[in-house]
Amino acid sequence: MRAFTYERATSAREAAAKAQETPGAKFIAGGTNLLDLMKLEIETPRHLIDVNGLEFDKIEKTKDGGLRIGALVRNTALAADMRVRRDYGVLSRALLAGASGQLRNKATTAGNLLQRTRCPYFYDTNQPCNKRSPGSGCAAIVGFSRQLGVIGVSETCIATNPSDMAVAMRALDAEVETIDAGGRTRKIPIADFYRLPGDTPDVETTLSSGELITAVTLPPPLGGTHIYKKVRDRASCAFALVSVAAVLQRDGTGRVAVGGVAPKPWRIEKAEAELRGGAKPFSTRLLADAKPTRENAFKVPLVERTVAAAMHEARQQ
Amino acid sequence: MANPGEPEVSRRGVLVGGTATAMIGILPGRQAQAQPARSDAFRQGFDVSFEVNGKRSSLQLDTRTTLLDALRERLQLTGTKKGCDHGQCGACTVIVNGVRINSCLTLAVMHQGDKITTIEGLGTPDQLHPMQAAFVKHDGYQCGYCTPGQICSAVAVLDEIKAGIPSHVSPDLASTPELTNIEVRERMSGNICRCGAYSNIAEAIAEAAGSKK
Repeated sequence: MRAFTYERATSAREAAAKAQETPGAKFIAGGTNLLDLMKLEIETPRHLIDVNGLEFDKIEKTKDGGLRIGALVRNTALAADMRVRRDYGVLSRALLAGASGQLRNKATTAGNLLQRTRCPYFYDTNQPCNKRSPGSGCAAIVGFSRQLGVIGVSETCIATNPSDMAVAMRALDAEVETIDAGGRTRKIPIADFYRLPGDTPDVETTLSSGELITAVTLPPPLGGTHIYKKVRDRASCAFALVSVAAVLQRDGTGRVAVGGVAPKPWRIEKAEAELRGGAKPFSTRLLADAKPTRENAFKVPLVERTVAAAMHEARQQ
Repeated sequence: MANPGEPEVSRRGVLVGGTATAMIGILPGRQAQAQPARSDAFRQGFDVSFEVNGKRSSLQLDTRTTLLDALRERLQLTGTKKGCDHGQCGACTVIVNGVRINSCLTLAVMHQGDKITTIEGLGTPDQLHPMQAAFVKHDGYQCGYCTPGQICSAVAVLDEIKAGIPSHVSPDLASTPELTNIEVRERMSGNICRCGAYSNIAEAIAEAAGSKK
């Protein structure tokens, strides 16, 4: 691990300003992803700003009847919150499907949104990777790509976003609240939060330099049946090959976001018009622009089958 | 980088090694000589104090020190094991403020004022914690390397179930989770046992929980 200086933040505004003005500064909260990457020297911050002391650890009702989740709320606490379990079951289920008990106890809401890809070539510092080392090339496209992306990918990067939580947040249309170095606050719809790789796969979100996530807000409850279905190589403690976050209504309408297939949670609202026709027309439209590799082509039919399984499960409830 | 001469910075408790002179006041001379760092500008010592197994510890640490390394290398509490050092195996599991975490994926300096329980704090050879006794009785290990992490995790799992925290296999999010074999196995999935003692570990946990389900 490279050496770094460390400070404990006492105000969000000061932390954002400090992060912007300090070369190589990064925020640290749970640290479960950042420290993993720092040990491999994939992340090499020169200064860490510990934001754990900021008071962003509460889940509160919003005026419009939604929920405001503090950036520092731990994944376990969020999944276990009774309001989330009752009104946003897809979010509880997505969180509980991710990582292990120990990691969920430490990982935060904001950190979960910002976790880096699990592409094996991003992790292997002996291999080229445009995300880790811009311009070095992509070993994944010609390599072991079974786990990697089939849509939204580019010629320079086929990595996927590993988060389960973000897939549920996308289905729910959450908003990411931030404060920037100038003290300005804004709300970013989760649909606009992640960037597709294009020629700059190292730039993953629309956050500006120093911008700090303070909360994630959920709209008022949507009702319906909430399902999170995750297909993975192990029954527990493994990243998704494909996952489906679905909120399905009795009249056959609904919202469906898919994980494990793209650099961001993959949802196309127009495709949801096909949900009444079943999983096939929906997923055909959702993945119309898919460009899978030979090794991950199985994900295209797997999405359809996982959506079908989610719809079947919803009908049983 | 902030100006290390600025008094405001030191009031916030920031130790910025911007110059060699700033370092002299921070590191004991012995350490400064014995461990040449990559760059003088980043050679650090950071004060942190926490409570481990009921005993207060104050340490001056390189900021890179994980909680795991602080426990093992500085406090000689070698019961907690380093397995993968990347949060995948669970051998380093300890209980911090009542919650189990991977001590390898957290910096020691992030634990100012925390209460940490390691395997050494759960029981003693003469007076085992009920979970330790159950692991012995049910032969919940072979080589024993993952065992301290398994036991710390298991103790916390029972508390998590008692607190009503659901899991991936809980059939209904609305109801209170039950202590079943499948629940225990799912909740223990962050603790890997290379010897494959899982059945006996599950039996030991069931016994310690006072349930044979």
